[in-house]
Amino acid sequence: MADATETAPTGQRMLDYLSNHLREYGLLVALIVVMVFFQITTNGTLLRPVNLTNLLLQNSYIVIMALGMLIVIVAGHIDLSVGSVMGFVGALAAVLIVTMDVPIIVTCAICIVMGGMIGAAQGYWIAYWRIPSFIVTLAGMLVFRGLSLWLLQGQSLGPFPREFQVISTGFIADPFPAGWGQALAGMFGERNINVLALLTGIVAAALIVWLGVKKRIANRVYNVPEEPFAFFVLRNAVVVVALVFVTYKLASFRGLPNVLLTMGILTIFYAFITEKTVLGRQLYAVGGNEKAAKLSGIKTERLTFMAFVNMGVLAAIAGLVFAARLNTATPRAGFALELDVIAAAFIGGASMSGGVGRIVGAVVGALLMGVLNNGMSIMGIGIDYQQMIKGLVLLAAVIFDVYNKSKKA
Amino acid sequence: MTLLLEMRGITKMFPGVRALDNVNLRVAEGEIHAVVGENGAGKSTLMKVLSGVYPAGSYEGEIHFAGELAEFQTIRDSEAKGIIIIHQELALVPLLSIAENLFLGNEIARHGIIQWNEVNRQARALLAKVGITDQPETRVEKLGVGKQQLVEIAKALAKNVRLLILDEPTAALSESDSAALLDLMLELKSQGVTQIIISHKLNEVRRVADSLTVLRDGGTVSTMSAKAGEITEDRIVRDMVGRDMAQRYPPRTRRAGAPLLEVRNWSVQHPDFPDRQSIRDVTFDVRDGEVVGIAGLMGAGRTELAMSIFGRSYGGATQGTVRMRGKEVSVATVSDAIKAGLAYVTEDRKALGLILEEPIQRNITLANLGAVAQRGLLNEGQETQVAEGYRRSMNIRTPSVMQKVVNLSGGNQQKVVLSKWLFAGPDVLILDEPTRGIDVGAKFEIYGLINDLSAQGKGVVIISSEMPELLGMCDRIYVMNEGAFMGCLTAEEASQERIMSMIVSNMETV
Repeated sequence: MADATETAPTGQRMLDYLSNHLREYGLLVALIVVMVFFQITTNGTLLRPVNLTNLLLQNSYIVIMALGMLIVIVAGHIDLSVGSVMGFVGALAAVLIVTMDVPIIVTCAICIVMGGMIGAAQGYWIAYWRIPSFIVTLAGMLVFRGLSLWLLQGQSLGPFPREFQVISTGFIADPFPAGWGQALAGMFGERNINVLALLTGIVAAALIVWLGVKKRIANRVYNVPEEPFAFFVLRNAVVVVALVFVTYKLASFRGLPNVLLTMGILTIFYAFITEKTVLGRQLYAVGGNEKAAKLSGIKTERLTFMAFVNMGVLAAIAGLVFAARLNTATPRAGFALELDVIAAAFIGGASMSGGVGRIVGAVVGALLMGVLNNGMSIMGIGIDYQQMIKGLVLLAAVIFDVYNKSKKA
Repeated sequence: MTLLLEMRGITKMFPGVRALDNVNLRVAEGEIHAVVGENGAGKSTLMKVLSGVYPAGSYEGEIHFAGELAEFQTIRDSEAKGIIIIHQELALVPLLSIAENLFLGNEIARHGIIQWNEVNRQARALLAKVGITDQPETRVEKLGVGKQQLVEIAKALAKNVRLLILDEPTAALSESDSAALLDLMLELKSQGVTQIIISHKLNEVRRVADSLTVLRDGGTVSTMSAKAGEITEDRIVRDMVGRDMAQRYPPRTRRAGAPLLEVRNWSVQHPDFPDRQSIRDVTFDVRDGEVVGIAGLMGAGRTELAMSIFGRSYGGATQGTVRMRGKEVSVATVSDAIKAGLAYVTEDRKALGLILEEPIQRNITLANLGAVAQRGLLNEGQETQVAEGYRRSMNIRTPSVMQKVVNLSGGNQQKVVLSKWLFAGPDVLILDEPTRGIDVGAKFEIYGLINDLSAQGKGVVIISSEMPELLGMCDRIYVMNEGAFMGCLTAEEASQERIMSMIVSNMETV
């Protein structure tokens, strides 16, 4: 509690900090409140291991695409084509594997390269010809929807071989001796515990705390105004408890889903790129003020182009995950999904004008939407009300942003 | 002398700040009253109180207008009484016609249907008053900034203005446009329109003002009257900064070494019309430790020249060569130009120089991120150290380098832009209007910095529309007009008259 000695009016300082970072805390609090709410209204169904696992699987492709969308939005653009591209890549995978018997690894490689090429084709016009991304990707949305229809001849194509399905439906095997899991299971009164899953959660939680502490120490050295200690402890406690809790639940079901691993690695990778590298910094600069960035020697066109290539790749990965999960490719796959992805980024704090938004925010935004979907479905709320509620949540999040900003000005 | 406006004991508090402290302002009927003061002295706040942006009750003190106590709740209330403000940033809709802009929000209509004949008739009459000969149907975007300013004034006249307030009206205008505007102000005065002018340009204030009020740190410092011969630049400056400024330009020891930057036969195509040349056959050089000025009117092509050299940021194809220390270098992209040792500090710092929503720290390192990164990985601690260093050495007034740039005053924003380019480690800095919209104190600091840079052997190019600034700072001054260089004057030879005559002589021959 060394902080208390630093400045006298600690309460004021904490209030100031809170009002400056209301958005980040607000999102976390909103997610927890929504989860608690549904946990109660669904009589505990929401957080049952089976449902929790399902919830993650159901939203994995939205989370994956939200990562790319956040980058596109930070760069000051939008991509309306991701739902169609995702569907198209799924269709391509089905044709390659089911119809043409291409090996799965080769298919995945082809699909990801195809995604990158689609992104490049759209990004080229946006970055180098300065055609508004709204228009280019609106065109892309129609074109790739049509292409998937054409590719599948309007029919569903499936099923996929088991080796392909595991992309979505598989779980990581527990490498620890079965005795350990059983011993733990005995202790907690569960049927079985996947040691790997539980351990991953604990390690991840420890890592987050450790990185946070390291950052605080660095901040102190360089005199950067820091989060009040009480908030730091509280926020980390919430994250640690949540992480361990979720992984414990997963561990008591079937362990870590493959998709969760994919999602986790991608999230960490993109959070790292956007926050810790020169590339990421330049990306925010381009979105914040493209002309100033250009006059500072940043290759703005190339960055914009790369943002769309990246989006294409992630849409392709999402397409593979989606197809594997459904075990079939349908012409309607990914229909209107771009809206969920865009909503996730905005709920997560991205700004329409570019230059603002964080990867973690987009992921939490996607999960928030996912929990809403899931919770409302369990409660038996009709799709009509679900749509309205989701729309209002999106609006509320953005109003909150704008209000926050105007209050400070 | 009857008073049109009296503001008495105005005090306006913001959370934690006393923006105005017992300010008094008395404006007589039919006069031009100047309000001067450094940035942050409270001029804009005072005008916002007057016009009802800050409603009655949110400040202490009284406003008497035309003999009655005025308690405006909104801008509409003050406009209804004939108080009209023309802001620095023009409030015209570029894609609408002059006539449409003149009556915006005030349309001449019967049953909601606009009476175009009447609109155009009245518009013509208003335009004649301000000396615009363009048709009322002309789109505003087709007009230059100077004429747009006149349209704003015509718009005010359309509303039966009694008190016209002009906030920095000539900030973006060339000398001739400024002169025309000041003439118009005097003309309006003779027609009985009372005016308040807020300006940094003391020579202009001296030309038009009948009386003058100086604000400093939110308080009234002094009031002067032209009739009594009290308005002198020295007195104004002293009252503004609260100290005697014997010298507005710090003394510099001149030393010019070996040629540093040499631009030879530089020509640039117009970006939209390839058959036109924006820059024609320009040749100039900058030596080690030299401060070189480029003088010219607005639209002479100075910014275009600088930006075309800085990574072809302006215009189409270029011809000519750029050499640094005798070696020809490529300036095809901005990063090439930076690598060659050039830096360009733009005249439009908000639109082209800064990322307003990002912190000071991130703006300072933007042009040289490699220096605070190892293998593409940012070292934020090192970055903070760099930013802290510039905060101290440049005297950027801010509680923290994590502060967003948008929250800084103009002078401090300019220091951030300068820090950014200093951190890029250039040999030659091209400063485009480096002191525009900056208060006297910050100006002096920037002049001092320019001298420091030249003492370190760097070359500095100053592009400025303020001739005294060029005369006070530069070792040599190139004179530019219509995309070409007219000649070069040494500090000894140069005077405002000689520079103007060089510009004008060209106009006659063309």
